[in-house]
Amino acid sequence: MATIRSIPAPHPHPETQAFWDAAANGKFVIKRCDACGKAHWYPRPICPFCTSPATRWVEASGRGTVYSYSVNRHADPLYIIAYVTLAEGPTMLTNLVDCNPEEPLMGRAVKLVFTPTEGGPPVPIFTLA
Amino acid sequence: MTIKGQAYIVGAFEHPTRKAADKSVAQLHAEVAFGALADAGLTASDVDGYFCAGDAPGTGPLSLVDYLNLKVRHLDSTDIGGASYLAHVAHAAEAIAAGRCNVALITLAGRPRSEGMATGTAPRVRNLNEPELQWEFPFGLTVANAYAMAAMRHMYQFGTTSEQLAWIKVAASHHAQHNPHAMLRNVVTVEDVVNSPMVADPLHRLDCCVISDGGGALVVVRPEIARTLKRPLVKVVGAGEASKHQQGGEIDVTYSGAVVSGPAALAEAGVKPSDIKYVSIYDSFTITVLIQIEDLGFCPKRQGGRFVSDGNLIAGVGRLPFNTDGGGLCNNHPANRGGMTKVIEAVRQLRGEAHPAVQVKNCDLALAHGTGGLLSTRHGSATLILERE
Repeated sequence: MATIRSIPAPHPHPETQAFWDAAANGKFVIKRCDACGKAHWYPRPICPFCTSPATRWVEASGRGTVYSYSVNRHADPLYIIAYVTLAEGPTMLTNLVDCNPEEPLMGRAVKLVFTPTEGGPPVPIFTLA
Repeated sequence: MTIKGQAYIVGAFEHPTRKAADKSVAQLHAEVAFGALADAGLTASDVDGYFCAGDAPGTGPLSLVDYLNLKVRHLDSTDIGGASYLAHVAHAAEAIAAGRCNVALITLAGRPRSEGMATGTAPRVRNLNEPELQWEFPFGLTVANAYAMAAMRHMYQFGTTSEQLAWIKVAASHHAQHNPHAMLRNVVTVEDVVNSPMVADPLHRLDCCVISDGGGALVVVRPEIARTLKRPLVKVVGAGEASKHQQGGEIDVTYSGAVVSGPAALAEAGVKPSDIKYVSIYDSFTITVLIQIEDLGFCPKRQGGRFVSDGNLIAGVGRLPFNTDGGGLCNNHPANRGGMTKVIEAVRQLRGEAHPAVQVKNCDLALAHGTGGLLSTRHGSATLILERE
C-alpha cells in the first residue's frame, strides 16, 4: 500500500471559489441547474446542458462507483487516478486512496474523503465504500 | 463547398533525426519546410500560405514566418494537439478553394527527447486559466493515465484484452524493422508487450509510443500547380473534424471524435471503409489505434480487439495495413504530435514510395487519422482521405 502522495493545491477561479470554500468546511457540493434539473461536472456558472445561468450549488452525497481508473506506476509513491460516477449522475476525475491497486476496482462502490493539499483547500478523493 | 479535388499534396518531408540536441526547434521547422518544398520542386518564394500548431515557438505562426522569411497572405495556427496537421491539410484545401492561397506550407517540429520531457508520465500545468486545471492537476492526471482509463473501460465493457492491444505494437514493429530511421527496429511479440513493465494500468511500456525529436512538413497546392510539378498526384478527396470531451460529466471514454470526423471524411470522398487500401492511424498508445479503428468503421464497436489480432494490421499479411513506417509506437513521435507523420506515410504509400517490404500494392486510396489531446478527457479528431490520381 502506497503512502499518500503530496497533492498540489487547486487553483480556484472566481466562479468556483464557493466549491473550494465549502470543501474547506468539509462539504462536497456540485452544480445543479434549476432550468433543466440536471447536475453537471466540473462546476460551471452556465449549465453545459441547457445554457441556463440558473445553476445552484447543492450538497452531494459523496457516494459513487468507479467508472474507470489507472495507476501511475512511474510516481513514487504510486497513485490511482479514477473517473467516479456520482450518485447524482455526473462522472468526475479524482483519485482512489486506501485501496489495493492490484485488486480489480472497476464498478466498485466508493465514498468521498476530503484530502489535504499543499497549502490549499482539500480535494474530493474517494475510497472503497 | 466541398474540398474534394480542390488541392493536392505535392511535397512531404520527414526529418531523419530522432535526437536533435544540437538544433533549435525553429531550425528543425526550417529544415523540414525546405525539405518538403524541395520534394515538391518548389521554393520558399512560391509559398503564400503558412500553417502551424502549438509546437511552433513564438506567437502563433508569426515567429516562424519571420524566421523562414516567408511572405504569405494566409495564416492558420489551428491547434488540436497532434491531430492539427491533418486538419491543416483540410484547411489548406479550403483556403486554396476560396482563393486565399495557392501554395500552402505546413510544418511541425520539436525536441522533447533532448529536452528530457516526461511526456506521458508527469502531470503538467500549461496555463492557470485552463478551466479544467483545478479539477485535474491536483489528482495528478498524466497523458498515459488518461489514455489508460479508456483502455481500462474498453476492457471492462467489451472484454478487450492486453494481448489484443499488444498485437498493435507487434504490427508496428514488423513495419519498423524496415525503417532505418525508426527508434525501435526490433520485431516484438505479444509476450514482449504484455511482459514489459506496467506504466499506467492497463498499459505497458510497449503499449506506449516513443518520445523523439524531429518533425515533418507538407506542401499543399491548387490542382493547376500540382499538374506542372513532377511528383505523383496525391489528391485531397475528403476531410472531417470533431472534438470529443467530458460532455458536462456524461462521460463515455469508449469512443473518440472519429465517430464524427471519420464518416464525414468518407462521405465527402464518396467511399466506404472497405475501399481504403492503407491507413495511417494515430498511435500514441495501442488503445488509441483500437478505438479509432472501431470509430472509423473498419469494424463494429467492441470488436476492435479481435480485428487487430493475428497480424491483421501488418502489410502483406492482414486486411488493413497501418502505419507502415513503424508509426509513433516504433518510429517517431516528433514534438509529441503524431499527425504530421501520419500524413507523410500515407503520401509515401500513395506515391509508391514506401519501403518495398511494406508498400501496399495498387495503393490508390488511403485514410489518415489523428487524435490530438487526451482520449479520455478532451481531444480533437481529424480524418483525411487521400487518393492517387
